[in-house]
Amino acid sequence: MADEPRKPRVAVHKFSSCDGCQLAFLNLGADLVRLAQRVDIVHFAEAGPVAPDADVDICFVEGSIAHPGDIDRIRRIRERCRFLVAIGACATSGGVQALRNVARSEAWLAAVYATPAYIEELVDATPIGAHVKVDLELWGCPVTSRQVLTAIGTLLNGASPRDEADKVCLECKRRQTVCTLVTRGVPCLGPVTRTGCGALCPSFGRDCYGCFGPAENPNVAALGRRFAGLGLLPEAIAQRFEGISNAAPEFRRAAQAFRGKAHE
Amino acid sequence: MSERHVSVHVPILARVEGEGALHLRIRGNVIEELKLRIYEPPRLFEKLVEGRHYSEIPDLVARICGICPVAYQVSAANAIESLFEVEVDPVVQALRRVLYCGEWIESHALHIHMLAAPDYFGYDSVIAMARDHPEIVERGLRLHALGNALMTMLGARAVHPVGLCIGGLHRAPLEAEVDAMLGRIDAALPDAAALVSWSAAIPMPADEQQFVSVGLRIDAGTAIESGRIVSDRGLDIEARAYEEHFTEHHVPHSTALWSLLGARPYLVGPLARINLNFDRLPAPVSAALAATGVNWPSANMFHSMTARAGEIYFALLEARRLLSDYRRPERSVAPVEPRAGVGYGVSEAPRGILWHRYQIDAEGRVAAARIVPPTSQNQARIEEDLHASLRAFGLDHDEDALRAHCEKVVRNYDPCISCATHFLRLTTERL
Repeated sequence: MADEPRKPRVAVHKFSSCDGCQLAFLNLGADLVRLAQRVDIVHFAEAGPVAPDADVDICFVEGSIAHPGDIDRIRRIRERCRFLVAIGACATSGGVQALRNVARSEAWLAAVYATPAYIEELVDATPIGAHVKVDLELWGCPVTSRQVLTAIGTLLNGASPRDEADKVCLECKRRQTVCTLVTRGVPCLGPVTRTGCGALCPSFGRDCYGCFGPAENPNVAALGRRFAGLGLLPEAIAQRFEGISNAAPEFRRAAQAFRGKAHE
Repeated sequence: MSERHVSVHVPILARVEGEGALHLRIRGNVIEELKLRIYEPPRLFEKLVEGRHYSEIPDLVARICGICPVAYQVSAANAIESLFEVEVDPVVQALRRVLYCGEWIESHALHIHMLAAPDYFGYDSVIAMARDHPEIVERGLRLHALGNALMTMLGARAVHPVGLCIGGLHRAPLEAEVDAMLGRIDAALPDAAALVSWSAAIPMPADEQQFVSVGLRIDAGTAIESGRIVSDRGLDIEARAYEEHFTEHHVPHSTALWSLLGARPYLVGPLARINLNFDRLPAPVSAALAATGVNWPSANMFHSMTARAGEIYFALLEARRLLSDYRRPERSVAPVEPRAGVGYGVSEAPRGILWHRYQIDAEGRVAAARIVPPTSQNQARIEEDLHASLRAFGLDHDEDALRAHCEKVVRNYDPCISCATHFLRLTTERL
C-alpha cells in the first residue's frame, strides 16, 4: 500500500433505549482510545462527536423505533452507511418497552374488534430490522464489548460475521456450571436463550431470564411444559417468556400460547 | 442602534445520556425563551411493571438506565422489602452498599472524564483529549474500570448486573475474590485523592446561586443506598411522605415531568449530597475537599465536578471499609413472604435521589408503580440555573460562547435523559 488508506468511519446512533449498549464502547477503557486510532468515530453523541448525517462504513444502532420521527431518521442513517449493525435487545427485538404493546393489544383483543394486523400497525416499540435492512444483529441486554469489537474487526476485514446463536445451556456445560433448572427447580430460560453473556445468571446460582433473546431452534413449548411441571401457572409461564426480549417472535408466540391456556 | 437578536439552537446535546436539546432566544438584553427540551420518547416503565411478580422487578427496572441500573434495583428492593418486612442479612446489606459504591465510581468517573472534562480542556471528546493528556485520561479510565469491577464482582456484569434480588443477593463473593478486590482498591486510592485536587484546580466560573439542596441522610455515616429525605431548609421526612412535599407537573416542551419542592425547583445529586453531608464524610475525604479551597457547602454548581471526585474517593474508602474482615455468609437471600400493600423506597443514585412506590397485591404482583428519577427532579433547577448563569456570564457573548456555556451548565447536572423520560403517565402519551 503506497498511500495510507482512509481510516474506516464508524457511527453510533441511539433510538429509544437505556444507553446501556453504548457502554460496550465506553467501557472499553484504553481499548477505546486504541480503537479510535484505527477508525474515525464520526458520530457518537454520548461520547462527544456529533455528525448524524455523515457517510460511514459501519453504523451501530442502539434502541427501538418508538416515535414517528424515528422512521425517517433510521432511513437516512441506512442510506449513509455500508454496514448497519443493530445492537442490543431494543434494536433487535423492540426491547423491554415493547411490553406496552402486549398490554394494549390484549385490551383491544378483549374488546373483540381489533384485527392482529391493525394492532401491529400501532406497535410502538419496534426493532430496527422492521424498518430498514440490517446487516448484522448483535443480541443482548446489554451487548458486550467483545461483541462490538468482534463485529468491527470482522466487517473491516471483509469477512461475514458468524451468527452466534447457540444456547446458554451449552455455555453452562462448557463452564461446568451446575444446572439451576435441574438442581434448584427454578424456571431457567437457558435452554432457549442465545449465548453471548457467558452464562452469567446460572454462574450466580439463578435462572437465566432471556436477556440475549431466542437461540436457534428454541424449543419453547417443551420448556414451558417443564415450567408447568415446576408448578408455574400458565400466566406465570407466559410472563417468563415476556421479559426483556418479549417481542422476539419465538418468545412472543410462546407467551401467547401459554396465556391462551390460561383462558381455556 | 438596532436591537441585537440571538438565537442559539443545540439540536443534539452531546455528552449527556439520552436525547435532549436546548433552545435559547435572546432579544436585546432579555432572555425571551430558554428551554431544555427532552424529546427522548417515554418508555412507560410504570405501566410495564404492572401485573409482574415482585421477584422480576429488579431486573425490569434496571433497564430504565444503563449507567445507573443498581440505583433502580436498590430503590425497588427497598420499597418491596420494607413492605414485606424482609430482614436482609447485615453482611449482604453491606455487599449491596459496595455494589452501589461501584456504581457511583463508574458513573462519576465516566461523567468527569468522558462527558464533562473535554469542555474545560477544549476538546469535543475524551478520545481527542487522550492524545494530549494521556495520563489524566488513563487515571480516569482506571477508576472507571475499578467501579465496573466492583459491580461485576457482585453482579456478574457492570451494565444491568444480575446479582440483586428481593431478599438479598443471588450470590455472595468468595473471600479470595474480595481479597483481590481490596488490593485493587488500595492501589487506586492515590488516583482518587489526586482526582479531587486535579478537578478543583480546573478554572471554573464564580457562579454562586441560591438553591435548595435535597438528599438522603442516615443516623451514622453517609447515606448511599437508603436514608431519610432531607433538605438544607429543614425538610426531614421518610420515603413514604415524599408525595406530601414534592409535586410533579408536565411542561409542553419535555417528555420528562418537572418536580418541585413546595413550589420551588431544588437540586439533587453530588453537590447537594456533599452540601448536606459534609460533616459525615470520612476524614481523608473531607480533608481533601477542604484542601481544594472551596468553601463547603458550595452554592456554585460548577463545583459539582469536584463533588463527584470527592464521592469517588469516599466510595472507594467505603468499599474498602465494608469489605475488610469479610466472611462469606452461609445464605445470601433472606426468606421473603409477600403481602398486599404499598411500599416506598429511595436511594442516592449517582445523579441524586431516586424514589419508588409500588402497590402490591396479595399474590405479590405489582398493581401500580411510581418512579421519580433524579434528572426529572433537577430539570426545573437546570432551567433556573441557565437563566441566572447566562446573565452572570453576559448575554453579549457570541452564539458559540453562549452555546458552550449553556452546555457546561447542563452537564454540571450530568442529566440522564434516558432515565428521566420513562415515567410519563399513559394519559400524556401520544395517540
